[in-house]
Amino acid sequence: MNTFVQAMLFQAGYNVALVTVGAILLGIAAGSAGTFLFLRKRALVSDAIAHATLPGIGVAFIIMIWLGGDGRSILGLLFGSAITALIGLFIIEWIPRRTRLPEDAAIGSVLGVFFGAGIVLLTVIQTMSSGRQAGLESFLLGSTAGMLFQDAIVIAIGGFFSILGIWIARRPLTIVSFDKDYAISVGYDVRQIDLLMMGLVLGVTVIGMKLVGLILIVAMLIIPAVTARFWSNRMDEVVVIAGFLGGLSGYIGAVLSASAPSLPTGPIIVMIAIVLFVLSLFLAPNSGVFSTFIERRKTKSNIHRRQGLLTIAKGENVVSSFTRKLLANEGLSRTDGLTDKGKKLVTKILIDENRWIAAKEVYPDKDMNINYGIKLIEETLTKDELLKVDQYIKSHKFKSITYD
Amino acid sequence: MINTTNTSEITPSKPALKIQGLTVSYGDKTAIFSVDANFPTASMSAIIGPNGAGKSTLLKAVIGVQPILAGQVHIFDNPVKNNLQKIAYVPQRVSVDWDFPTNVIDVVQMGLYRQVGLLGRMKGEQTSIAMDCLDRVGMADMWQQQIGQLSGGQQQRVFLARALAQDAEIYLLDEPFSGVDAATERAIIDVLKSLKSKNKSIIAVHHDLATVRDYFDYVLMINIKNIAEGLIDETFTNENLQSTYGGKLELTHAEELSAPKDRPTK
Repeated sequence: MNTFVQAMLFQAGYNVALVTVGAILLGIAAGSAGTFLFLRKRALVSDAIAHATLPGIGVAFIIMIWLGGDGRSILGLLFGSAITALIGLFIIEWIPRRTRLPEDAAIGSVLGVFFGAGIVLLTVIQTMSSGRQAGLESFLLGSTAGMLFQDAIVIAIGGFFSILGIWIARRPLTIVSFDKDYAISVGYDVRQIDLLMMGLVLGVTVIGMKLVGLILIVAMLIIPAVTARFWSNRMDEVVVIAGFLGGLSGYIGAVLSASAPSLPTGPIIVMIAIVLFVLSLFLAPNSGVFSTFIERRKTKSNIHRRQGLLTIAKGENVVSSFTRKLLANEGLSRTDGLTDKGKKLVTKILIDENRWIAAKEVYPDKDMNINYGIKLIEETLTKDELLKVDQYIKSHKFKSITYD
Repeated sequence: MINTTNTSEITPSKPALKIQGLTVSYGDKTAIFSVDANFPTASMSAIIGPNGAGKSTLLKAVIGVQPILAGQVHIFDNPVKNNLQKIAYVPQRVSVDWDFPTNVIDVVQMGLYRQVGLLGRMKGEQTSIAMDCLDRVGMADMWQQQIGQLSGGQQQRVFLARALAQDAEIYLLDEPFSGVDAATERAIIDVLKSLKSKNKSIIAVHHDLATVRDYFDYVLMINIKNIAEGLIDETFTNENLQSTYGGKLELTHAEELSAPKDRPTK
């Protein structure tokens, strides 16, 4: 536990602090870039190109050894991975355009073929004399153990450029995600913008391989974006919130992983992101499970209260036991009829009921069934509109409903 | 700033949109074949035809969404390619995901993205242009609404406001009255008529044959190929309707539609 607190305060040693800062930066870049990926519905493409990085790592390692180098140079490995990922992306784009195969088949084939080839290469490297200690398998699920200062620098620079790219291209990215045809009609080149988006995603994938691993990087791109969607209905806010949630997941995940070094870093960061998602799923205002549940109950009570009171006012019997219980619990009715409080409310509801009926006649084109019976009319019409409705009620043309 | 159109080139004699031999296919299925059209400037034109006749495809080919196999498209006698800023396109309402995290004013401001440029900031000027466009379609009160909460008619009005923000010369609308309430239909027609009075050209894919005569003054009738084209009074005839819709249209119904309505004389 002590290590945990120390790690949180960046006090658990140089390497842990480095990893933590790297994870935060990566989380921010992945979360904000992933928002566009999520809204453009391209999550699976990014998963496929993430898997397509693996053969590039293997080939780059072998070439660097042949050239007499170290083989583990991070820049060389990342360069190699980017090359095969780009080839994978190109094939995914090309297959549905030029063959009869649909995009999902292209995604599946690229993922399988490239990842399979990568695993074969990694196995071959294991048998090479210089390959045994290469530690390339850490790119699969990420690791913090071997992280060097230059790795952190790569993440920092890569993350900075990803975020800068997102900021510059935010409008084209937004318009293409929302309405592709319209974007073309105002002169945007959708193919180029899609390529730019996949380029940003590829950048995040490549810099994130060392920490989170290529298998789970797609989760870091998508989960914060999906979570952020619960908290805002504005694109720019969703991007910022997703970046924040990604950074938070990276921070907590890296700290946890520092206090339990035997656990793989990538999966822990992803699990934290999922915890944040589940919390938001239940607790978010407006769209969360709890608030939706409460809202639905409120609506149900409003309708039953109104129906029940109007039924009693008409002198009829309330059939629904839910309504009877509701009215009794709220002190609106007793066994012998309405209480004073109930009578007062009936008067109010009758006014509202008449206003709704009148409003339908005053505004025949308006959909006056929205909120009818659920909310008071004041919450649906503007003040001016309501004034018109009240004038109409006072005129001799309208016959109000009244009960004795 | 976008290029402002030289007003001298907009004359009623020049067609706003000229289409020659346009062919588009989806794989080996021909959507439109060798269609010609000359939509006049400063008028309201309808594109009509049965389902699958290629009406929407025609619009999509003009703006470059759908690749053209053969044919040419000209705007005021210039190739469409470098003159897209003169066109404002209103897609079908159902073509986008209305759960997208954005609100009414943000959608309208999309119409100003090209004008503002990549790095330019949305300033008060752009906001007031967007608000003005929303006001013209009667949606100014709802500028902060999340788009998912809008009714079908309101969504269509927001799309129209976005097109207005582009301040274009030609407005291409894909079924603007589909699934909207009567008030919205009237509001949209009012806006389109005021555009026409400012010498703008309106071209709309239209499916309600009963209102063609009331709303439009020019018509293109297609069913994969050209059937007829011209002024409503001369072209929107029983015979042309029959050849456009074939057996899909009841004969009596067609006669009723094509007969000019008796207008009350003042």
